[in-house]
Amino acid sequence: MKKFWLLLPLLAFLGLGWLLKSGIGKDPTQVPSPLISRPAPAFDLPLLADLNRRLSRDDLIGKPYLLNVWASWCPGCQQEHPYIDRLAKRGEIAIYGLNWRDETADARRWLEFFGDPYQAVLHDLDGRTGVDFGVYGAPETFLIGADGTVLAKHIGEMTEEIYQTLFAPLIKAPSAS
Amino acid sequence: MKQRNTLGPLVCGMFACLLVTAAVAIDPQDFESPQQEDRYWSLIQELRCLVCQNQNLADSNASFAKDLRDQVLEMMVNGSTDAEIKTFLVERYGDFVLYRPPVKPSTWTLWYGPIFLVAIGGLVLVLNLRKRRARPADVMADPDQEELDRELAEVEAEREGKNT
Repeated sequence: MKKFWLLLPLLAFLGLGWLLKSGIGKDPTQVPSPLISRPAPAFDLPLLADLNRRLSRDDLIGKPYLLNVWASWCPGCQQEHPYIDRLAKRGEIAIYGLNWRDETADARRWLEFFGDPYQAVLHDLDGRTGVDFGVYGAPETFLIGADGTVLAKHIGEMTEEIYQTLFAPLIKAPSAS
Repeated sequence: MKQRNTLGPLVCGMFACLLVTAAVAIDPQDFESPQQEDRYWSLIQELRCLVCQNQNLADSNASFAKDLRDQVLEMMVNGSTDAEIKTFLVERYGDFVLYRPPVKPSTWTLWYGPIFLVAIGGLVLVLNLRKRRARPADVMADPDQEELDRELAEVEAEREGKNT
């Protein structure tokens, strides 16, 4: 019994060490989204290319797609853009853009300059659709399944590694069923 | 001593003024009533700004925080209760937006952990104090003369050794 009490501080120290160590390497900006495996929030937005045309969530049901949230004021979006471009050219998955809290002219110029890999770009001027999707900092990318369910979300720049580990396994599984 | 006592609150007050003016400077709003303004301020102080995660919506200068503040005010004007506004944000951003997380199994450690640790500390303290109180009584109750003599001889031998 006496020996046990002597060990207690050591055990407490190890426990605390384990607790603190488990926090190392965790990215605090990767806030888990409550939307995962729930239906994507409804949206109905004008297209950046032609503000008279609109696209809604229900128009996109039927095949899986990526929804890439970007803005012309966002340096990270510029960083990831060449990758988004390459991914779009591979044709594995449709990529839609959600232009978030941006100016129409700035956004159009950005796409002209850096290239437009998107099937279509939704123009979310007041950022309300972004809020519905829980977006708080571009770039963010959502994977939405064929049935309109949010399957995964990545906050920050997209890379091939993230695509392969987080998104690709989920794309194959539901489309097979 | 007396000076220090008045200085503390004064400094705190100065900082409080700074915070209030900074917050007001972000976006002046038109409120329907002082009660609504109070409600607005206390609500946005409990909501986290996700861009600068260690600030609340009231303190944050991020333009996205302003968007969410506008959202909060708009819902308030449209008659939503505080709980409805919080639910709205939690459904989109998760419990993380709340500075006061809800009590549920995944947050039990957070809520009850400190109480648990203090309880353990208290228990150890009480046990130690009891043991300490019990010890001198034992010695007095059963003085071992032989052992005392031995100790005394040792101490004296040591002292002599030092003196020479």
